[in-house]
This record gives sequence, structure tokens and C-alpha cells, in this order.
Amino acid sequence: MKQKEICRVLRQERINTSEPSDVGIYSLWLETKDIARKAAPGQFVMVYGKDDSRLLPRPISICQTDGTALRLVYRVAGSGTREFSRLGPGQTLEVLGPLGNGFPLGEVQGEHVLLLGGGIGIPPMLGTAVKLGKNATAVLGYRHETFLREEFAEVCPVAFATEDGSSGVKGNVLDVIHEGGLRADVIFACGPAPMLRAVQAYAAEEGIRCWISMEERMACGIGACLGCVCDTTQEDPHSHVHRKRVCKDGPVFLSTEVRL
Amino acid sequence: MTQKIRMDVKIAGVEFKNPVMTASGTFGSGAEYGEYVDLDGLGAVVTKGVASVPWAGNPTPRIAETCGGMLNAIGLQNPGMEVFCERNLPFLKQYDTRVIVNVCGRTQEDYCQVVERLSGEPVDMLEINVSCPNVKEGGIAFGQNADALESITRAVKRYAAQPVIMKLSPNVTDIGEMARAAEAGGADAISLINTLTGMKIDVHKRTFALANQTGGLSGPAVKPVAVRMVYEASRAVSLPVIGMGGIQSGEDAVEFLLAGATAVSVGTANFHDPCVTQKIVAGLQAYLEKYGIEDVKDLIGAVQPVPGPS
Repeated sequence: MKQKEICRVLRQERINTSEPSDVGIYSLWLETKDIARKAAPGQFVMVYGKDDSRLLPRPISICQTDGTALRLVYRVAGSGTREFSRLGPGQTLEVLGPLGNGFPLGEVQGEHVLLLGGGIGIPPMLGTAVKLGKNATAVLGYRHETFLREEFAEVCPVAFATEDGSSGVKGNVLDVIHEGGLRADVIFACGPAPMLRAVQAYAAEEGIRCWISMEERMACGIGACLGCVCDTTQEDPHSHVHRKRVCKDGPVFLSTEVRL
Repeated sequence: MTQKIRMDVKIAGVEFKNPVMTASGTFGSGAEYGEYVDLDGLGAVVTKGVASVPWAGNPTPRIAETCGGMLNAIGLQNPGMEVFCERNLPFLKQYDTRVIVNVCGRTQEDYCQVVERLSGEPVDMLEINVSCPNVKEGGIAFGQNADALESITRAVKRYAAQPVIMKLSPNVTDIGEMARAAEAGGADAISLINTLTGMKIDVHKRTFALANQTGGLSGPAVKPVAVRMVYEASRAVSLPVIGMGGIQSGEDAVEFLLAGATAVSVGTANFHDPCVTQKIVAGLQAYLEKYGIEDVKDLIGAVQPVPGPS
């Protein structure tokens, strides 16, 4: 039987130090028994807090793995993630996963992939970039401070934008694509809904195969509660109502499959 | 040292190996949890609500966390009774556990159609979710009006081949009156509580937390309300009661049994730990061992008044 794993914190640090503390982004490395070994880029884990007043786990995408070590890069969005952000080396955290379906690396072998990450959608693209290496170009969209950018640069070409124009292209990931004249056979994207909508439209216009990673509030994380559905263009096989489960059927979907 | 402890209970002639069940809507039809829990170890799997046709449910967000609980407004998304019978029932029948099918509808006819469809299927009991709005009566839930509740119970019983559990809504002034209405309509058992209607507002976005605006509150936050209602309902009728609302441990289950429940359902706790149901079975067993109680049935309704000064 599968179960939650009790994972030990190896190290944790804040990686966007120049922005206000209430939008902290943290990099957390955990020692796992099975999770890191089984994880694929684009999958996620459920992370459980110790405070009984918060009973739902937090879904967090997997940034990357290194042997048995699992890296999560997440934004403090409320009291649950704030609790996680205070953990230091040796402390433990319960984690369930890996969950969901990641990016379809097997279907894009030898093709050039544009990895589009916006905001807190950037972290899952790092593990994907590590797997694809020189077959990928990362295009990253930030609000102001850039994070993980140097780590992407170690494995693939990187272009980026900031919303305030403080560095890189002023604007978003699509502005980077247009300005740089970037081309690709395939797009993998993760980011906020407006970005995904724009990417979906761009891929349709250009006739590029595109997979996007979706985000939704979750309860169970394993496909039972139907809390995290997204609207789909085709009838779904689970409920037959044009609504798929982000946690179980996704979080990665073909862009033509979902309605944003 | 393990003495022989009896964990079995009986409800409306149906025998359960232990009194721990899943709560409808939190456990799908068991398939997703089959990787985390040995379903053979549960008293019963109570399925997610099944309607006559597929229901698309509500828009998202459907989930919001609250202090010690959560709100949900899934809207009973389900594939309808035909897919359920073809796909989900055969899955459940692989296991040595009882199958209770939760039934939902928008009209009395909807419910009766599902109940009739299930009459020839390998289903041990039916649980009728009367917290759905009755579209022909201005949208008030069947379970919020005693006459409507009695009427739908009677109607469902006419078509039911299996014993019928009426799942009561807690959003009423007098739960005893509702329990009596279910009994008058011919119910074989009652289960409670369904979720308490609540609302959460995101003060930063100044929007409702749920797209549906209101949702059902569940989790440990509702447990004291649930225990009180189970106590009142079990004293109002002679029907067996299945108690639920915020159960997270074996001792929580004991609390409901002492209040008068014959069995318990575990819902929201599954989200905090997908393996929790089997831990609750073990916790209940450990409680009985600790206190030297040989039969779990000895706990049913056994709560005593606080002793006064002697």
C-alpha cells in the first residue's frame, strides 16, 4: 500500500530576497525514501502541515530531484506554506507522491522544446530542463526579481522577461518569444491562468504541439474528491461531463484539451 | 495478548465486519483509495452520490480550507447510474466489504429512477442524499422540510430492493423531527450529519472563496455539532444511526458510538491522510482492548450523565 512519507529537511533557503517578505519564494530540499526516485518532471506532491487547524495538504510542484533528494520551490501563499517555510535542517514533513502526470518527455524525443515558466510556474520547468538539456530553451517570466535563472543557464539556453522591465525583456514570456524570434517544435508551459491562455492561443495559431500544467485548489490530491477539476473540450472518461481532474488526469494537459 | 473482540455490527439486517465506513463524496467509488487502504478492512465503502444521468457539478474553486475544517461545493459531479453500474460496482465487488451507494437527485422521480436501477445490482444498502435542492419545490432541500423528507422516503422505499438509509441534513431547527419524518416514511436507517452550510470570503480579493458562494462545512470543526445531533436523532427514533462529522481517530469514532450511532463514516479526514480509515479501525480496536470491552456494540448509546455530587 502507498502512504505518506516522513521526509527530513536537508536545507531550505529563501531565493527572492529583494522582494517583500510576504511574497517569499523558498527552495526546500527534502530527503525521501521513494518519492524523489519515482518523480518525473511536471508531477507534484501533497505536503502536510503539523498544525491541526489546517487539515488540507498543500499541492506543490516538484522542482527537481537528485538521487533520493527532492527539491520543492514554492511561494508562501498563506499560513500553510508559511509553516513549511520555517522548517530547517533535520526537521520533518509528511509528503505524499509523486502524484499526477508530468510532461510527456517520451513523446518529444529529439525535438526542440520551449519551456515557458511564469512566476511560481517556473520551478517545475527546471527539472524538465535538466532532463531535456540542449533540446530545450527556457523562457522565464518574472514580476521583478529573477530566481533559478542561473540554474537553468547551466543546462540549457535561457531568455527571460520581467513585468517591470527591471531586467531582461520588459513584459511576459510571449514578448520574449516574439522579440527573440524563438521557434520550437513543442511547448511545455506552467504559469498563471492569463499566461496559459495566451500560450494556448499562440500554440494554436502557430500549430505547435503544446502541453500546459494546470493549477487548482485540491483536497485529496488523488482523484477522489473532484475538488480540482478543469473544463475540457472533450467528454472526460471519469465523469463524462467535460471536466477532468487536475490532480489525477493532469496536472499536465495537451493545450487543445482544456478550456481556460 | 489479543482476546477475541467483536467488531461486527448489524444495520437493517445487513452485517458489517466493523462499524467503520467511508463518508460519501470523500472516497470516490473506492478505486482511487484502493492504492492506499486495504478496502477489505473497512466495514463498508459508501460511494460518491450517483444520479440518473451525469452531473457536471459546480465551477471552481470548489474547495476552501477553514479553521479545523473545509468548505466544499463540488456540486455532486458524477457519471450517472449507467457508468456507475458498469464500471464502479464491478470494481467494488472485488473486495470483501459492504457496498452502500449514495443516491442524489433533483426531483423525487430522479431518486426513484436510480434506486430502481440499482435494485438488481450487487449493492448492500442505499443511502439517500436529501440535501440536494428539490427543483420542483423552489429549490429547498428535501431534507429541510419534514413533509418532503417523509414523502421522498416513502417514494424511494417503493422502488428500493435494498435497505434504505436516509442521510439527514444538519441545516434544520430540529434534527429529531427530521429523524422521525424519515422513520415515518419507512426508512431502515438514518445517517448524519451531512455538511453544515457555510461561507468564506477572501478579504484580499473581496470575492467569495467558492464559486458557488456557499459550501458544506466538514472536518473536526463540526464534530461537536455532529455528536449532539447523532445523540438527539438516535433518541428520537428506534432506527439504527450511522454517525459522521469530523471523525479523525478511533476515539472520535467511539464518541459517536457512545452518542448512539451503530456505525460511523469517515470523510474529510481522508484528505489529511489517505490511509486514515484503516487507522481508525485499528484505533477503535485498541480502545476496546484498553478498556476490556469485548463487543463494540456495548458502546452504542452507552454515554452516561456526568455524576452529580453524592
